[in-house]
Amino acid sequence: MSTIIEQNQSNIITDNGLFPSNEVMLDLKNLKKVYPTPKGDYVVLEDLNLQIRKEEFVTIIGHSGCGKTTMLSMIAGLNPISGGRISVLGKQIKGPGPDRGVIFQAPSLMPWMTALQNVLLGVNQVFPHATKAQRNDIAKYYLQKVGLEDAFNKRASDLSQGMQQRVGIARAFAIKPKVLLLDEPFGMLDSLTRGELQDILIEIWNKEKITAVMITHDVDEAIFLADRVVMMTSGPKAKIGDILDIEFERPRTRKSVLEHDDYYKYRKHLIDFLEH
Amino acid sequence: MKQSLTLGKVTKFIGLGFLSTIKDLFTGNIDKEDFKTLLRKTIVPLASILLFIGLWHMGAKALYNKEADFKIEKALTDQGQAAADAMEACIASGDVSCKPNTLPSPSQVWDSYKSLLRDHNIIAADKAAFKEKTAALNEKRVADGLDEITYTGRPSFVDQIFRSLKTVFAGFLLALLIAVPLGIFIGLSPTLKSAFNWFIQIFKPVSPVVWYLLVFMIVKTLLIDSNEDSSFTISFISVGLCSMWATLVNTAMGVSSVDKDYINVAKVLKLGSFQKIFKVVLPSSLPLIFTGLKITLSVAWMVLIAIELLAQSPGLGLFVWEEFQNGANDSNAKIIVAMFVIGIIGFLLDRLMLTIQNWVSFDKTDAI
Ligand SMILES: Nc1ncnc2c1ncn2[C@@H]1O[C@H](COP(=O)(O)OP(=O)(O)OP(=O)(O)O)[C@@H](O)[C@H]1O
Ligand SMILES: [Mg+2]
Repeated sequence: MSTIIEQNQSNIITDNGLFPSNEVMLDLKNLKKVYPTPKGDYVVLEDLNLQIRKEEFVTIIGHSGCGKTTMLSMIAGLNPISGGRISVLGKQIKGPGPDRGVIFQAPSLMPWMTALQNVLLGVNQVFPHATKAQRNDIAKYYLQKVGLEDAFNKRASDLSQGMQQRVGIARAFAIKPKVLLLDEPFGMLDSLTRGELQDILIEIWNKEKITAVMITHDVDEAIFLADRVVMMTSGPKAKIGDILDIEFERPRTRKSVLEHDDYYKYRKHLIDFLEH
Repeated sequence: MKQSLTLGKVTKFIGLGFLSTIKDLFTGNIDKEDFKTLLRKTIVPLASILLFIGLWHMGAKALYNKEADFKIEKALTDQGQAAADAMEACIASGDVSCKPNTLPSPSQVWDSYKSLLRDHNIIAADKAAFKEKTAALNEKRVADGLDEITYTGRPSFVDQIFRSLKTVFAGFLLALLIAVPLGIFIGLSPTLKSAFNWFIQIFKPVSPVVWYLLVFMIVKTLLIDSNEDSSFTISFISVGLCSMWATLVNTAMGVSSVDKDYINVAKVLKLGSFQKIFKVVLPSSLPLIFTGLKITLSVAWMVLIAIELLAQSPGLGLFVWEEFQNGANDSNAKIIVAMFVIGIIGFLLDRLMLTIQNWVSFDKTDAI
C-alpha cells in the first residue's frame, strides 16, 4: 500500500511544487494571522502556504516566537484565522473537531480521571454507536500500545509526566483523527523519556499512518520522525522558509538513522537554516 | 500495625492528626523526633488551654471583686455603715439579689454546663413519659384523621442545639442550591457575569440583620394566610442568603478559570455542553467550590445566632438572648457555656467540610 503511494508521489508532483488535490490531506492557503496588541496590530503569519499529503509525517521547526503554535492552533480550529484558508481533504474547516486530534505540550489530562477514563472521554464522543465493551476495548488497546497496560485505573494525577504524555498519545490516536497535531509534545520531558516516547509515537504511527504535523525544537527529533521538515522564517510575517525531504525508509530505527550517511547532511541543512 | 496505619490515615484525613501521635505515646512506639512533634501538637495546646483557664479564672475573680467592692462602697456612701455590712454579708452568702453580675469563673461555667445537662435529662425523661402516655391516644387520633398531640414543653439546651443545627443546615442547603448553579452559569457566560456582577458586589457586604429584615418583609406577606410559625422559615432563608456569597463567588471563579488546556480538549472532542460541564468544568472547579462552601457553612453558623435572636426562632441564639434577659443566678455562666458550644460546633462543622472536601477533591494537597 505505502509503496504504491510512494511510487505515485514521484510521478505526480507537478512542476510548481503543488500536489494534486486528491493527495492533499491538509491545505493551508495564504494563511494570515494578526494579533491586535496595544501598540497596534502584530502580523504573526502572512501568505503562509503549505500542503501536507495523506499519511505524511511533517515536523515544523523555527525560532521561538515565530508563530508555530499559532499556526498549529489555527489548524486545530482553536484560534480564529485572520485571512486565507485551511482545508482538510478539500473541505474548509469550521472550528475545532475530533477529525484533528491534538497532543498538547502539557499532557492536559483531566487529573481527576483515570488513564482509561481520559482515553474514553474521546472514544465515547467519537464512537457513540459502539457498545460500551467495544469502546473500552478501543481505549485499552491504545493504552496497551503506549505501554500502560498496568495503569488503566490509575488516576492521571498519580502518573509521571512521561506516563501522562503516553496517555495523551493514546487519547489522540484512539479517536482516529484524520490529522494529528502535536505541539512540542515531548518538550517538557527529560531526554531519556523523550527518546522512549519518540519510539512509541513512531511505532503507533507506523501502524496507523495518520497524517501528522508536529512542532519541535529538537533538530534530531525533527529528522528522526519526519517525511519532511518544514522550516519557518522568523516573525513577524513568518512564512514557510524551506522544506527538507527526509528520505530514510520506514520503519526507521534510531540506530539506522544515526548511522545513515545523509543524516549529517540533513542536520547541517536544518542548523544552517536556523542559524541565519 | 495495619490498624494503627489506618487510624493514622483517618485522623490525618479529618485534620486531627495529633490523635494518632497520642496513641503512639500510649502504645510506646515513639522516637525522639516523634516526641518533639507530640510536644508541639499536644502538650503545648494543653498548656495553653490551662493557661487560658487560669487567666480567665483570675480575670473573673478580679471583676467579681471590683463589682463587689463597688456595691459595698455604694451602700456605705448612700446608706451608711450598717447597709454596707449587710451588703457584704449578702454578697458573701451568694444571694441572687446582691450577687455581682459579671464574667462567671470557669468553675461556675462548668457547673452550669452540668446543670444544663441535668435539665436536659429531666426534660428528655418528661418527653418520653409524655410520649408513652399519649401513644395510644395519638394512634386513635391519627386513625380518626386528627393531628397528633405533640409535646409542647420547654426545650432543653440540647434541643436548642439541634434546632440550631437544623436551621443552619437548611440555610446551608438553600445557599448551596442557589449559589452553585448560579455560580456555574455566571462562570460560564461573560454576559451573565456582567449582568450579575453589580448585584453580587452590592449584596455581598449587606449585614445579616438587614437580610433578616428583608426576608421577614417578604416571607411574612407570603405566609400571611397560614397560621404556622414562620420564624424557622424566615431564619433559615436569611441564613442561606447571608452565607451564600462566598460559594457564589468561588464557584463562578472556579468555573471561569478552568485550565485552558482542559477547555481545548473539550473543544477538540466536541463535547456537548452537558458533558463539558459535568466531565470537565465541574470536577476541575470542585476544590474552589468546596472552599466556598466551607466559608459559607462557617458564615452560616456565625450569623445564625444573631438571626435566631432577631427572628425569635428557637435555637442557641434565642437561648443566649433569653438567658441574657432573664438575669438569673447562673445566666451569665449559661451564656458562656453556649459560647463554647457554638465555637466547638463551628469547629466541628469546619472539620466536616474539610473531610468531605478531601474526599471528593482530586487535588490532594492539604486544603486549609
Ligand atoms: N494571544 C496572543 N495575543 C497577542 N500576541 C500573541 C498571542 N499569542 C501569541 N502571540 C505572539 O505571537 C508570536 C507567535 O507566538 P507563538 O506562540 O505562535 O510562537 P511559537 O513559534 O509557538 O513559539 P515557541 O517556539 O516559543 O513556542 C509571539 O511573538 C507571541 O508573543
Ligand atoms: Mg509554541
